[in-house]
Amino acid sequence: MNCIIIDDEATARAIISKLCDGISSLTALEEFPNAIQAIKYLNQNEADLIFLDIHMPDFTGFDFIETLRNPPKIILTTSDPNFAIQAFEYDCIVDYLVKPITPERFQKAIQKAEATPVNETTQPINTESLGSASGNDLYVNIDRRLIKIDIPSIYLVEAKGDYILIKTEDKNYTVHSTLKKIEEKLPDTIFLKVHRSYIINVGKIIDIEDNSVLIKKDVIPVSRSNRPELMKRLNLL
Amino acid sequence: MEKPNLSYIESMSGGDKTFEQKLINIIKEEFPKEKEVYFYNIKSKNYKKAAENVHKLKHKISILGLVKSYEVAVDFENNLLDGNANCREDFEVILQNMTEFLKTL
Repeated sequence: MNCIIIDDEATARAIISKLCDGISSLTALEEFPNAIQAIKYLNQNEADLIFLDIHMPDFTGFDFIETLRNPPKIILTTSDPNFAIQAFEYDCIVDYLVKPITPERFQKAIQKAEATPVNETTQPINTESLGSASGNDLYVNIDRRLIKIDIPSIYLVEAKGDYILIKTEDKNYTVHSTLKKIEEKLPDTIFLKVHRSYIINVGKIIDIEDNSVLIKKDVIPVSRSNRPELMKRLNLL
Repeated sequence: MEKPNLSYIESMSGGDKTFEQKLINIIKEEFPKEKEVYFYNIKSKNYKKAAENVHKLKHKISILGLVKSYEVAVDFENNLLDGNANCREDFEVILQNMTEFLKTL
């Protein structure tokens, strides 16, 4: 298996790289101090396995996974055992190593990874170059690149601290921006802010309960103050 | 006071002394930078950022075999996330302990 290592801590990268050296079936191709550099690499290359730190500044391990259309196998590495439950919500995560990683535990993780069926090959995130501007497109700046997103394909925007997570039919984008800014860019005929942390594409709603809506697999809370506007927008029988 | 040691580094190196020295050098280079950022954030009362710094420093605490100190760091990180700096003194004693130890390597 070919692997890459993503960790903002040089000490951790050195340890994982050394542990990889001890496994004959494993080749460490590259190391990256942040997820953005790894994304660039994966745009041009493939890896069977990623050792991924969760806690990284700006772009967490989970944010990184969200950018991959078909992630390869991932082994999370972290000093925090509290993320274990969240980690296994992702099918691509085959194991979860708590630092400091021992050779014995590392070997077990590799055995697990080898025993896990191969997913589809990693698809790099879509990095279409700048096209002509049109009313249906939104350009987002990710690592100094402007990436085009087809606005009608967006079904959900979620505020995440200093970032927003834009979910589309095809993939997700984590962008350094605010909900207020993107709200101004999205047509209010299609989109509605239903909660201080969420904007939804009204046409993509599957069903509505008292205080939540279901969009795709996401259950989104609806604030009491935003509910009347949401109800107005629906073609109620 | 708990004494730092190289047990973990020796156990994972497989006897590779060159690697052990390489790892020690990386720690000696990285640790002061992480400490500096931590002190900046804690003095600025930016507890959220300081918690992130403590989180990173925890790894080096465990690498140097400081089991009890690691628990202190966990408590301190949680306190920072809760918006208070309880355990700060204890944590900074640990940093000093590590600093002194790294000087001997």
